[in-house]
Amino acid sequence: MTTMVTVHRVNAQGLYRNADGTLEHSVQRSQQAIMSYELSHLRELEAESIHIMREVAAEFENPALMFSGGKDSIVMLRLAEKAFAPAKIPFPMLHVDTGHNFKEVIDFRDKRSADLGIKLIVASVQDAVDKGLAQDETGPRASRNRLQIPTLLNAIEEHRFDALFGGARRDEEKARAKERVYSFRDDFGQWDPKAQRPELWNLYNGRIKQGEHIRVFPISNWTELDIWQYIADDKVEIPAIYFAHQRMVFERDGMLLADNEFIERMEGEEPYEEQVRYRTVGDMTITGAVESDADTVEKIIEEVAATRQTERGATRADDRSSEAAMEDRKKEGYF
Amino acid sequence: MSEILRFATAGSVDDGKSTLIGRLLYDSKSIFEDQIESVTKASEKRGMEMDLSLVTDGLRAEREQGITIDVAYRYFATPKRKFIIADTPGHIQYTRNMVTGASTADVALILIDARNGVIEQSRRHSFIASLLRIPHMVVCVNKMDLVDYSQEAFEKVKEEFREFAMRLDVPDLTFIPVSALNGDNVVDKSENMPWYEGRSLLTHLENVHTASDRNMVDVRFPVQYVIRPMTDEHHDYRGYAGSVAGGVMKPGDEVVVLPSGFESTIKAIDTLDGPVDEAFAPMAVTVRLNDEIDVSRGDMICRPNNQPIVTQDVDAMVCWMDERATLLPRKKYAIKHSTRTARVMVKDLHYRLDINTLHRDEAATELSLNEIGRISFRSTVPLFLDEYRRNRETGSFVLIDEDSNATVAAGMILGETPS
Repeated sequence: MTTMVTVHRVNAQGLYRNADGTLEHSVQRSQQAIMSYELSHLRELEAESIHIMREVAAEFENPALMFSGGKDSIVMLRLAEKAFAPAKIPFPMLHVDTGHNFKEVIDFRDKRSADLGIKLIVASVQDAVDKGLAQDETGPRASRNRLQIPTLLNAIEEHRFDALFGGARRDEEKARAKERVYSFRDDFGQWDPKAQRPELWNLYNGRIKQGEHIRVFPISNWTELDIWQYIADDKVEIPAIYFAHQRMVFERDGMLLADNEFIERMEGEEPYEEQVRYRTVGDMTITGAVESDADTVEKIIEEVAATRQTERGATRADDRSSEAAMEDRKKEGYF
Repeated sequence: MSEILRFATAGSVDDGKSTLIGRLLYDSKSIFEDQIESVTKASEKRGMEMDLSLVTDGLRAEREQGITIDVAYRYFATPKRKFIIADTPGHIQYTRNMVTGASTADVALILIDARNGVIEQSRRHSFIASLLRIPHMVVCVNKMDLVDYSQEAFEKVKEEFREFAMRLDVPDLTFIPVSALNGDNVVDKSENMPWYEGRSLLTHLENVHTASDRNMVDVRFPVQYVIRPMTDEHHDYRGYAGSVAGGVMKPGDEVVVLPSGFESTIKAIDTLDGPVDEAFAPMAVTVRLNDEIDVSRGDMICRPNNQPIVTQDVDAMVCWMDERATLLPRKKYAIKHSTRTARVMVKDLHYRLDINTLHRDEAATELSLNEIGRISFRSTVPLFLDEYRRNRETGSFVLIDEDSNATVAAGMILGETPS
């Protein structure tokens, strides 16, 4: 290993490491006025995403935007706003609510849909459990993560959605790196990684038969750092839990989990107060916080650029179970 | 300089492609500790120290078989640029994946083993890169460590490749001697090859000049979606949303809308962040016109004195991508071209191209999976198109099987069928 490491001026994902070891922002880079016929990387990514969203709005009967309250879906919603302005976004938001969400996120979701004047459809895991479509896990490691799959598929069937926007990015996870922007799902909502439609230029094939649908990932080519830079550049509002705050947490499997009513602590898991923030937003039962004093977007960008752990690796118990955990869940119809 | 650079690589495990990408990501510190940890674990399982190719092979089947099956997209950034890598398999049975990855690439990265020189696979990859008109080609002569970092070995491969590339249309060609395994000339200049005066691969990629690759002359605006808020505030607003596919558009410009032929002038070019003075590719904007004319999705806005070819009869090169059925003359397909969707009938298959030898087989009667050939087709409605060599966006299309809904062909337009 040692023979491979050399000294570099380039830091992770685009921060400039100066000779004295300090980091220089690449946000400034994207804000530079570009006088020639060139777009900054954020504006080029933005244009690509807007193009995809307009294609879907034009070609599908009944699309919806899956909104989790996480930063990626927040950026996606902002892009949808841009794609159709000054008209309203021509499709509803769909939230798969496990009932184990952070309150800040739910409040944020409600406020955003009200501000945009678009319909919010909530597909509730609790309802699915009550109806017998899904069954709660028990024990200290119980999570409703997998229960989102039948809940979502049921909502798709009930509302007859033919296209669903998702905020997945290809840099997140290795199975996602291979997924198309238009990801075809069969009658059962399944993804078949070996039978994906070729996707060339900016031509997307959205043809489906009844009962099938397409998951559309307009921010496929964005990285975590791009998302944060865009949030900074465009002054996009995000829920407070992304910023450093005091919280009662306990440690499990090297992650900091919030002490909350939905999770049963095991022996030796003593809660304590810590200054933390969240890098991803999911269920309270599986989403870990990281120790941080980053209380502004700028500080978060600095932290993200200097970090040596992927966001899923660091904060998601669901992806740690095996090397192909995400691939397996996606095949069943996960986001 | 454009901040995003998309590059495509093709190759098999043996020629070190995955190792080279792993090296770029690793040395630019774009892979993370948890990824390195999982790669190290997986490598140990196979009795290897650290197999950088495992960074890129994502699907279970790929890891199990040790091959790349599908296009994988990878991301890394330096202070100068954001890079998007389309990493594709090199074997002939995955030609369609290579074509897919090449369709949006600015740079083609070709790997050649310094010991073996230009082999069939290198020729095939280069041909696909030139067919898809990737504007820049970088040939990495790899495994220089195994030929004692010899300049002579490098020059020999270079000469051989140049000779072959003369038959292709490669506007910009660069050669770099590297050792992906040891990192020579990948991120940093190698001390083992003082005779090499060029840049390292990463420095070269950071500096590739892509500004002149897009068509900034011919105004092409395929209308994607009509925006009509119908609110009190924007009662009469009618905007044509789309992505600029060529040229520079400005308020006040005289324009013509196809197919109607109605002329007007641009009133404003809107975005949520406010109106803009100019729009150019690949900007996604909303155009308003000064006259109320009928414009809908699939129409094209351009300049009266610079219009695309308007025709129903098209000649094109196609790459067949379907494993279930073959391309047959007389068969009908759906076509997606810019924002137009129509139906076409294949009239002629002129020849099938052997992508290893470039030999044209004029006796061919069908195209099957991964085969490339020249066809003529007729569409149900006129298409507004340019030659692919002039504009990759208005010159490309896909064919869709109307029964299976599969994307069955990728097409590059040569022009109107000569009568």
